[in-house]
Amino acid sequence: MTAPTKRPLSPHLTIWKWGPHMLVSILHRLTGNALSIAGLALLTWWLLAIAEGGSAYADVVNAASHPVGLLVLVGLTWAFWQHFFSGLRHLVMDTGSGLELKINKLFSVLTVAAALFATALTWFFLIGVNR
Amino acid sequence: MSTGTSATPLGKVRGLGPSGNGGAHWIEERFAAVALVPLSLWLIFSLIMLPDMAQRTLAEWLRAPSAAVPMALFIVAAFKHALDGTKVLIDDYAHDEGNRVGLHYVSAGAALVGAALSLFALAKIAFGAA
Repeated sequence: MTAPTKRPLSPHLTIWKWGPHMLVSILHRLTGNALSIAGLALLTWWLLAIAEGGSAYADVVNAASHPVGLLVLVGLTWAFWQHFFSGLRHLVMDTGSGLELKINKLFSVLTVAAALFATALTWFFLIGVNR
Repeated sequence: MSTGTSATPLGKVRGLGPSGNGGAHWIEERFAAVALVPLSLWLIFSLIMLPDMAQRTLAEWLRAPSAAVPMALFIVAAFKHALDGTKVLIDDYAHDEGNRVGLHYVSAGAALVGAALSLFALAKIAFGAA
């Protein structure tokens, strides 16, 4: 697709008042791509390290217990739950439901709240059960 | 949904968006997405239920078919869904056709290599070599 020359652009990011639906839309894209790149790279590394054992797995444990590593893992857990709940919202909207202003706004806010809650719960159980 | 021979305005524009095709691909994208709902929940709950994250614990867990098979399904669905997602990102933001095609090769290559490595590692664990 060649870039059109000197055609007027429609009003974009600067002109709209931010709403929860816009936040959730961009979060869905950001979290999805973060999970695709960082999440799946880490999954692959993790599986290879389990297969290899020994010092290869020790490297994973060291990275995961480093504060930065832990922050990345908690961040990806949140990204997963946000993408999970906003993904469910998209599947509902794919059927043509939940597009009315009020219900759409409510579902958007709910995905953010549910993701934060599920992230906290996941780490509560991970730490609680594993230590 | 094909371009068809519809006489309605909607029927005529179907499949003529920026990607050049539409309905069938849109539906196909949803298979991996829907599959990941139970599969990703299974993975999170399984990890929570494990007594610890030691290599031996994880290898023993993945040696059982009840974990190895859903993990294989998760790997395939996750890499497919990641490829579906990054494709949209590239189509939306890489405007130059050369860059766009190049990036599609990079993301498809990365997804295939990642999936192959993950499945290889899983097989090695599942068949008891780890």
